[in-house]
Amino acid sequence: MLDQADFLQLDDVTKRYGGVAALNKLCFRARRGSIHAILGENGAGKSTLMKILAGVVRADSGTVRLAGEPLDLRRPADALANGIACIFQELSIVPDLSAAENICLADPPRSRLGLIDRRAERRAARAVLAEIGCADGLDVRTSCADLPLSKRQLVEIAKAVVRRPRVLILDEATSALTAEDAAKVMALLRRLREEGTCVLFISHRMHEVDSLADTCSVFRNGEHVATFSAGSKSHDEIVRLMIGRPIAQIYPPKPARPPAAPAYLAIADLGWPPALTQVSLAVRPGEIVGLGGLDGQGQRELLLALAGVLRGVGGTARFGTQAALPASPRAAKRRPFRTALIPEDRKTEGLFLGLSIRDNIAMAALDGLARGGIVDSAAERALVDRLIATLQIMAPDADAPVGTLSGGNQQKVVLAKWLAIEPRLLLLMDPTRGIDVGTKQEIYRLFRELAASGVAILLYSTDYDELIGLCDQVLVMYGGRVAARLEGQDLTEENLLAAALNLRPAPPAARPASLTEAVA
Amino acid sequence: MSIALHRNARMLAARALLIVLLAGFLAIHPRGVSTGVLTAWSNQGVALAFVAVGQTIVVLSRGIDLSIGAIMALTNCTASVLVQGSPAEVAFGVAAVILCGAACGAANGLIVVKARIQPIVATLATGAVFSGLALLVQPTPGGSVDETLSDLLTGDIAGVPASLLLLAGLVGLVWGPVRAARLGRGMLAVGSAEGAAYMSGLPIDRAKIAAYVLAGVFAAFGGLFLGFQTLSGDPAIGGSYTLNSVAAVVLGGTSLMGGAGSVAGTIAGALILRTIGSLMFFAGVNPMAQPLLEGAVLLAAVALGAIRLLKIRNRLEMFR
Amino acid sequence: MNARSSPFARALVRDGPTRALVLVLAALLLVGGAVYNQFFSPTYLLQQLQSGAFLGIVAIGAMIVILTGHIDLSVPWTLSAAATFSTAFTALAGGAPWGEFGVLVGLAIGAGIGLVNGIGVAYLRIPSMIWTLAVNIVVLGICVFYAGLYASGSRPSAMMSVLGGGRSFGVIPNALLVWLVLSGGVVLLMRRTLMGRYLYAVGTREGAAYLSGIETRRVIAGAFVISGLCSATAGMLLAGYANQAYQNMGDPYLLPGIAAVVLGGTSILGGRGSYAGTVAGVLLITLITSMLSVMQIAEAYKQIAYGAVILAMVGYYSRRSATPG
Repeated sequence: MLDQADFLQLDDVTKRYGGVAALNKLCFRARRGSIHAILGENGAGKSTLMKILAGVVRADSGTVRLAGEPLDLRRPADALANGIACIFQELSIVPDLSAAENICLADPPRSRLGLIDRRAERRAARAVLAEIGCADGLDVRTSCADLPLSKRQLVEIAKAVVRRPRVLILDEATSALTAEDAAKVMALLRRLREEGTCVLFISHRMHEVDSLADTCSVFRNGEHVATFSAGSKSHDEIVRLMIGRPIAQIYPPKPARPPAAPAYLAIADLGWPPALTQVSLAVRPGEIVGLGGLDGQGQRELLLALAGVLRGVGGTARFGTQAALPASPRAAKRRPFRTALIPEDRKTEGLFLGLSIRDNIAMAALDGLARGGIVDSAAERALVDRLIATLQIMAPDADAPVGTLSGGNQQKVVLAKWLAIEPRLLLLMDPTRGIDVGTKQEIYRLFRELAASGVAILLYSTDYDELIGLCDQVLVMYGGRVAARLEGQDLTEENLLAAALNLRPAPPAARPASLTEAVA
Repeated sequence: MSIALHRNARMLAARALLIVLLAGFLAIHPRGVSTGVLTAWSNQGVALAFVAVGQTIVVLSRGIDLSIGAIMALTNCTASVLVQGSPAEVAFGVAAVILCGAACGAANGLIVVKARIQPIVATLATGAVFSGLALLVQPTPGGSVDETLSDLLTGDIAGVPASLLLLAGLVGLVWGPVRAARLGRGMLAVGSAEGAAYMSGLPIDRAKIAAYVLAGVFAAFGGLFLGFQTLSGDPAIGGSYTLNSVAAVVLGGTSLMGGAGSVAGTIAGALILRTIGSLMFFAGVNPMAQPLLEGAVLLAAVALGAIRLLKIRNRLEMFR
Repeated sequence: MNARSSPFARALVRDGPTRALVLVLAALLLVGGAVYNQFFSPTYLLQQLQSGAFLGIVAIGAMIVILTGHIDLSVPWTLSAAATFSTAFTALAGGAPWGEFGVLVGLAIGAGIGLVNGIGVAYLRIPSMIWTLAVNIVVLGICVFYAGLYASGSRPSAMMSVLGGGRSFGVIPNALLVWLVLSGGVVLLMRRTLMGRYLYAVGTREGAAYLSGIETRRVIAGAFVISGLCSATAGMLLAGYANQAYQNMGDPYLLPGIAAVVLGGTSILGGRGSYAGTVAGVLLITLITSMLSVMQIAEAYKQIAYGAVILAMVGYYSRRSATPG
């Protein structure tokens, strides 16, 4: 009989995206009848592991075994067939089907004629929701598009549980739930553990990990660094394991004292319910201000609001001498705002993948280079050539499609596109995600040079290293508010993580001193 | 909350509009409410309704079939050659016509799924092929169709138009079970969110191909019925049926983006399109103004879709 | 590769679909020429180009709209309406010189229909396939209604006749020259103007274009206006060529127009395509049609061949783009 401890067994699993290894020869074991928490920073490889087990991405190399059997996980159906169920953040919900139809989607109960027995289907759905303890207030006949986010997440959980999986994986699956429902789901997970299920559990909520997990594994940089039984290490020890290394010297030196200039961007009580509540901050020319916190705490919405993408934003804002928010990205890039947004998703929001490098770089500044609708191609060429040289974009042929470049060079193209308008304010959404260290270093230096030349920079990053190494001050967001402001000596990974996880009382969110008069 | 309500509202609106139009039509018809008037009305709409039901099934799985009118023309011509003679020959003919429709649909589905050509381009091209085949079968309008069966299907049964019963029966017999089986569920899931369907382990390719096959079968029903109606085959009828089928789908409240909608709504949509014409004819509207009014109704119905824009707060959602 | 060399030459080198099309075209000409010697006669070729010009002009508009990721199904009745009303205006003038302004009436109608299309698709965000279809039906309705009210003349003005049916120097069809001029215009538009560059950006990904500060709705609406203008121009030239405007004159141009664009390698999803490819697509369709006529092949086989060619070429493109390199 197989050793219980090796129920789920991963050996030398490697997955690379472009030049970056998301998982590097990962070895990992999990037991039956266990709730196994997987901890790590953003980008540590937790999500990649989960996607490989779910059949969403294929590992480049390595083996996955379940109960001793090697698995070939080519597509999600393979994972499901092998008893591996994943709970994503409502990724597998079909909005136009009802809750019951979604819960039973893969294998609905059928009558003798082979038709779906809708009554039995509803019964099964209700039963599994009752098992979770959340049957009240969720009519299984409701179409999922009509359910609130928290209920949709419950459906997603029920959908996995109804299959009685051998391995159940949860990726931040409780973060969308109400506290009450989350408690019920945790009770369910404990029951599943008693039944022998292997539960893998990714969460940033340390108190959940404390109360739920029996085993913890820490991942770092795509590698598995430690496994220990829950409660055997303190939070501080765990955080240290997650960080693991001194911050590499890839960041340019910060200026000794913050610049004295008045703020270029000043906002007060910005609100966009429910994502943003009373957000106030100021960014001075020459300053790099970071936005930290867990993913999805309103950082994206804040940057989108400043770029003119969101409708119905409340509060006051001032850009330079202009006391208003831009009405659209088009207004934002022009005078008086001169604001550029580097969006989060490079491939779908930042680049035009099928178009040439040249076209991509010129796209934002093109209207400034045109007279009467005719583009001055000489000026365009000169501008593009200058930016390719400045950013050292490694492209053998600037007329080749931008999709042929590496991730780092693609991101440089996005930056070049926006530097072409000579912005006064740069809004950056996780600009170095999935980029190799060398290019990161170049990009950091570029940001610092831009700041030194008088650009105000507001940077959202999921990488704590980056926030600490690059930013003059960091605002940590939690639940749509600025929960903490860290600078100078206080700007440490421990403090950032603590503030982001809401572990200890954060230092009071200081309102920038100059803000009140600046906005008025 | 609002999206589904809005969609349901559109389906209900289609049915309400149909009832109002039909009531108006019967009120002003010189012969009033009679079996004959109802039967004639139903016969006029049923061929389009069949084709539109087929189109709905493809649209629900987020495809489109621009060859559906050509399949109808081809099957109509085939019917005009095969559906005649002894009862056994007629039965064989009907079966062959339906098989022909299914084969056309299967070709569409395989080309879309296996050759990965966009549905709009693929079916545009296969439509030309099917039209050509229709011309081979019946170069000019003509042929003949069994009259006994024709009389039966275009008449009335106990005061109810037989064509309406046929429509309800075939939709119930063919789409009903599919809709109630995993296959139909898969089609809806693929149309609503292909990614989520994939993550849930559903057989996506099979669902798509099946949708096109069903569209072909319903187009064949349409072609057959048209044959019973006109007692002949016409290779040139395809184009108008393709466009009208899309219009009926949209009028009936099915989203062209897939996933949501109903066959019942589409049938209402198809009958609306046909009723408007009859209504205007008997209301004494200048026949020359009829197409304009028809177009205006369609345009207004479609423009209602813009209401969702008012609720968008993140402008990036507009582009999805 | 020098960026200033002609776009056609560039396309030949870079653009697989265009290259493949040109090869197919050459092969067809050779095969045709081997069987029928009149294939290489200038008279025959010019005659093909004369009839290809109308399709070519429609295809310009179809391509611009398809580049943005949309489709214009209102081509048939935009074309017919422009022809109908421009000739009616000319008839109204009864031979007076201001009858020539009928051309402006036709263009205004084309632009107006294009604008309505653009507003529905870009601003109301209704799927172009259904919105332009509905607009087509309304325009059809207007034309039918009008024809029922007024029995007006449908003879083209002198200019339409000369441009549509006349020949320069007794040999070169003027319609071909119009097509060439418009082609020059569209190449300039696509390569040198903001609008042209934005077409590709919007078609590649409208969200990214919006975030780049492009007024994407105006670009889409503009594309539909251009398409309306192209349809209107083709309609008036056709009226000049046929010496009358007639109902359903636009029907044979919708699907072949789209087919030419798609055959030319333009993606129906938008953002990718070259004008050279579209020209090659128009020539291919024109040539196939005429070859099959010369060979006296039945209409049925023509349709089948037509569909098969589209499937083969587009299937080939999609395989090519699916395999890396």
